[in-house]
Amino acid sequence: MTRFFLPLAIFGIMVGFLAVGLTLNPREIPSPLVGKEAPAFSRQQLHEQDKVFARKDLAGQVWLLNFWASWCSGCKIEHPVLMELAKSGAVPIYGMDYKDQRDEALAWLNRWGNPYQIVGVDLEGRVGIDYGVYGVPETYVIDKQGVIRYKQIGPVTEEALAKTILPLVKELQAK
Amino acid sequence: MIWLALIALLLFTPSAWAGEARPLGDDPAVEERLKHLAVELRCLVCQNQTLADSNAPLAEDLRREVREMIVKNMSDKEIIDFLVSRYGDFVLYRPPLKSTTTLLWVGPFVLLVGGGIALVVALKRRGRKVADAAITEEEHRRVEQLLSEGVKRS
Repeated sequence: MTRFFLPLAIFGIMVGFLAVGLTLNPREIPSPLVGKEAPAFSRQQLHEQDKVFARKDLAGQVWLLNFWASWCSGCKIEHPVLMELAKSGAVPIYGMDYKDQRDEALAWLNRWGNPYQIVGVDLEGRVGIDYGVYGVPETYVIDKQGVIRYKQIGPVTEEALAKTILPLVKELQAK
Repeated sequence: MIWLALIALLLFTPSAWAGEARPLGDDPAVEERLKHLAVELRCLVCQNQTLADSNAPLAEDLRREVREMIVKNMSDKEIIDFLVSRYGDFVLYRPPLKSTTTLLWVGPFVLLVGGGIALVVALKRRGRKVADAAITEEEHRRVEQLLSEGVKRS
């Protein structure tokens, strides 16, 4: 009996592992920064170039930091979701224009709309490296104490927003 | 048809066309250390390439960061810690041994030991089967007879 059962059981276990493997996304690398203090930055603003956008200015509130670029196709996908979110006023969104050209970034925002309170310029991608960004768009939920609570890799989808980001934001705002 | 597809696959595999990563620095000592470090680090965009091989913009940026850290005379450990604190153990081609990676490190040995035990058990069982084969007097006589016939014939 075991002669037939054993290979079948091994086969079943392998199928189980492969099935779980198929549901995982190898592009999503868990960030070691979740639960740690958001790296400080101080960058020139995209719109008002004589002003600075700094992390420390946002202490005491829950906010989203969204890395995007005009050349990034995923950013176009998530853009309507961010516009809706900005309109709802549930949480302020701050942008970081990642390795982009200023005129193109401005044209992109003019054309599709600007969901951001402030956009900082990360021309060389150094803020991106500090935040462990490896592909735009990426979005961080940062709490009142300046701690990263969640990282969305890839576009912010309606589903991710409704199921994960907004409940988390509410919980953090209530603290 | 299959041959065509295989040849096409060979020709268009990214590695076939990937050029040498251009060295941007001038100091050969720095470049030597960078090369030494970069083969241990994984490019996060093209996940099966090292930081040394990859031409992805992020890999270029990270090489620039590493180069700057080398110039600042930081140790290999400090540089690797800098990257791990941002991108996690995933940037290392040799993941460290800890609770989340035990299966990765121990798994092959578990399989080896398990296979060895299975082999020993299977061999023992087979040996026992042969020894246990009981034959009757009648069969024994027949065997003798057949064997002696064989001797005659040869």
